[in-house]
Amino acid sequence: MATPLIQISGLEKAFSTNESWLGQWRLRQGKLARHKDSVHALNGVNLTINQGETLCVVGETGCGKSTLARVIMGLTPPSAGEIHYLDQRIDQLNNRQRMFFRRRMQMVFQNPYASLNPRMTVYQTLSEPISFHNPQLSQSSVDEKIDELLESVGISASSSDRYPHEFSGGQRQRISLARALSVEPDFIVADEPLSALDVSVQAQVLNLMMDKQEERNLSYLFITHDLAVVEHFATRVAVMYLGRICELSPTSTLFSSPKHPYTQALLSAIPRLDSNTAQPIRLIGEVPTPTEKPIGCVFQARCPYANQRCYESSPSMTLQSDGSSVACHAIEEGRL
Amino acid sequence: MKKRELAALIDVSFTLNRGERIAIVGESGAGKSILGFSIVNLISKPGYIESGSIKLENKELTTMNLRQLQEIRGKRIAMIFQDPMMTLNPVLTIGNQLVETIRSHTNISYKDARNIAIEKLHNVQISSPEKRFDQYPHELSGGMRQRVIIAAVLLLNPDIIIADEPTTALDVTIQAEILQLLLSICRDNGVALILISHDLGVVSKVAERTLVMYAGHIVEEGPTLEIINDPQHPYTQGLLNALPQMTIPGQRLNQIQGSMPSLAERPTGCAFHPRCPYATQKCKQEQPQFIYSGVSSVACFMIEDMLNEFADTDKEVL
Amino acid sequence: MKHPKKDLTHPIAGSRWNHIWSGVVGDKLAMMALIIFVFYCLVALLAPLVAPYDVSDPAFMDLLNSELPPSWISGNSQFLLGTDAQGRDLLSVILYGTRLSLTIGICAVLIQVTLGICIGLVAGYLGGRIDNFLMRCADIQLSFSNMMVAIVFLAIFQSLFGMARYQQLAMVILILVIGLTEWPLFARTIRASVLAEKQQEYVDAARVMGISSKRIMFRHILPNTLSPILVIFTVQIANAIVAEAALSFLGLGMPATEPSLGSLISEGFAYMFAGSWWICVIPSITLIILILAMNLLGDWLRDHLNPRAYKD
Repeated sequence: MATPLIQISGLEKAFSTNESWLGQWRLRQGKLARHKDSVHALNGVNLTINQGETLCVVGETGCGKSTLARVIMGLTPPSAGEIHYLDQRIDQLNNRQRMFFRRRMQMVFQNPYASLNPRMTVYQTLSEPISFHNPQLSQSSVDEKIDELLESVGISASSSDRYPHEFSGGQRQRISLARALSVEPDFIVADEPLSALDVSVQAQVLNLMMDKQEERNLSYLFITHDLAVVEHFATRVAVMYLGRICELSPTSTLFSSPKHPYTQALLSAIPRLDSNTAQPIRLIGEVPTPTEKPIGCVFQARCPYANQRCYESSPSMTLQSDGSSVACHAIEEGRL
Repeated sequence: MKKRELAALIDVSFTLNRGERIAIVGESGAGKSILGFSIVNLISKPGYIESGSIKLENKELTTMNLRQLQEIRGKRIAMIFQDPMMTLNPVLTIGNQLVETIRSHTNISYKDARNIAIEKLHNVQISSPEKRFDQYPHELSGGMRQRVIIAAVLLLNPDIIIADEPTTALDVTIQAEILQLLLSICRDNGVALILISHDLGVVSKVAERTLVMYAGHIVEEGPTLEIINDPQHPYTQGLLNALPQMTIPGQRLNQIQGSMPSLAERPTGCAFHPRCPYATQKCKQEQPQFIYSGVSSVACFMIEDMLNEFADTDKEVL
Repeated sequence: MKHPKKDLTHPIAGSRWNHIWSGVVGDKLAMMALIIFVFYCLVALLAPLVAPYDVSDPAFMDLLNSELPPSWISGNSQFLLGTDAQGRDLLSVILYGTRLSLTIGICAVLIQVTLGICIGLVAGYLGGRIDNFLMRCADIQLSFSNMMVAIVFLAIFQSLFGMARYQQLAMVILILVIGLTEWPLFARTIRASVLAEKQQEYVDAARVMGISSKRIMFRHILPNTLSPILVIFTVQIANAIVAEAALSFLGLGMPATEPSLGSLISEGFAYMFAGSWWICVIPSITLIILILAMNLLGDWLRDHLNPRAYKD
């Protein structure tokens, strides 16, 4: 039985688009009123990440998947909702209280050219977190640990005096992973870690991540738009659209029988190598920017099966017979 | 400091037939974009074409002056870039830019030009083109901008479209639509296409013939389907095998060791030999020549030796 | 041991200095400017050794020798550049004046940099209301001409504490006034680079590690914003020297007994049309060459410290 490691419930995040206090005052019907314009990046996300699993979050640009990662890691506070690590609530902690969880949860970033400080050598990059979180370690044991870490991600320990720009993109991503592993976490959020890498190098990094997972019993929250990687790597997949999760299934179930109309369109659009795949399902219009909190189903504007109910009330996740959960009125009503 | 010159492309040759769709595939740093730019002589300084020739029908492009080249660019050969904002001017409306393009090459009235522009916008499946005509580039989404670029490219009926990673910045669903559009436009108008991409999946959807590049060389050339189903060169094999869909989920992926050398560190002999599982002493010293393997043309000693062996046994049998 | 104990704070990559150095060697104008600047610095440092006369010697000032023209006019090789109205050897006075001007310039800019870095980092990194407040302060500071602030302040000080006290403290006060009035330039530049660097993922990575804001600001972000600081640094030294010269020219700078280049020019100006032009012209040329060299150096740094040019 899978034990939940991270539990997220009702998570919401809105970004205010008019930051300055003066800009928030508007004349409305002859009265001066304060009004904040905002973009709703997350609109009630419920998600559980089990120990030792890889949960992939897929979605298109602007669906809120990166925001989800940042909120979980405490880089930006949520507007509403709760995040639990095992049985402790972690979304309202201050920096000091969060310190314990910083060691348990780490992150790997998208851009290997920006995620390493260009003015710090690899040694400095790695020694900072190690000596910061283990002040009792002696200099020589820190050095030892760094060498060990570097070798374990396939970087020769003798190159630890070099600066990031002397490494290739794939090597930098390995160093990023080494940094995340340096505090021995049991949960890693990876925000599109492969999207800046070439295919042959992607395979190297993905293999490395899988090896580390096996070695250390890591849990991953893997955020990506590359469905081929998802199919290969994920234990379960969450499909996100406009700040909500519309389908959550075990990987093989999702790829063999996608249920939500959006998932179906997404899967049909992957350019597969075999040339005889069916025509991609064309969706109407484009992903809107959620300036208002959406009423009804987030996908209603582009959904070919939308009816009145979809415009009025938001569907909730319902468990299907094959183990997947889908948020769709059409499926609930048996129309699809 | 001593100035060094680095070769980004070495001994690259290929032909593009009228109405044919080819793809240039490779990882970043392989020289595929530079190849695309070289065709229309758009290489920025300090780069230059050291030797070789590029012929459009019978006209030599490398020796043309700027005016002649400008006549060719756009009218005969058009380019689509990864970032549409490289081509679109952010302070002019979409319509103005399209009309300007038409009127700079042909002598027609604004009204006629407008009608043509709207028709072309309609052709690239932009909804309510009359409304879009008066909008600025920033008001459109990425996919919509790329459609506008394709419309702009179509205005002058070019013979060749060079598309450099046209869908890399787009989401999968939009990517599928743009590829579909590009394909149908090339088919319907008999336009030849050079698609530059790193994504073999994208290439397999569009191109009839594929060139695989590695470190400035073309290492394999042949029909797209043949290359995907039966890759000959060890690099192409590695590239395809590294794709996640080639392994059973949960298994380790087949990776190619190491990474592509930079221009300055290119090894001697076959550029791929340090990463090649089949490399021999010969590969380290000599540059392999192109040879037709029966499936595709490959520059690899292993294939050459294999073919020679077959030929020898054939002789013995005879 | 493979890793000798390393200083983690060491902010600048060796490669950056190598890059700058190889660039300077390749560019003749930059090379010349650098040589001139180094020459001035050496002269300033070694003034007591180089100067033909000791300025602290009571015999140094000899009215009998006043207003002697330079040696190539008078043929008298005793005073190479002639003497000033008090009979001091002009060469010695200029050497000491350069020393003073450079000291004031560099010290004032060090104050500006320190203030600017702290305020710019805090404003850029923390953002929000603190940022708003600090940047409005900078605006207010900038809306007063620094010359005006300096004049008012120095005039008040002179009248409050008297001339004698002022002459004692002149240098310190000048450094403080010039230093405190021009920090907004640094603060704004640093804030702009911090805002750009803050978006980079390495800052998020440090935050995820739980590194404190202070450490992130000074150890992670600051080293990455040093390039623009270096550029303004050189140009600002030139500006501070000019500001000091201008104040001295107006009679608010260094006293005549301890002349900087500016007060020399001011003093010599009175004799300009009396035929003793050298007392004013020679210090002026010295000053102009120094300022020109600093500005050339600053321009060159600005062109070559463009991060894109050397990061890869």
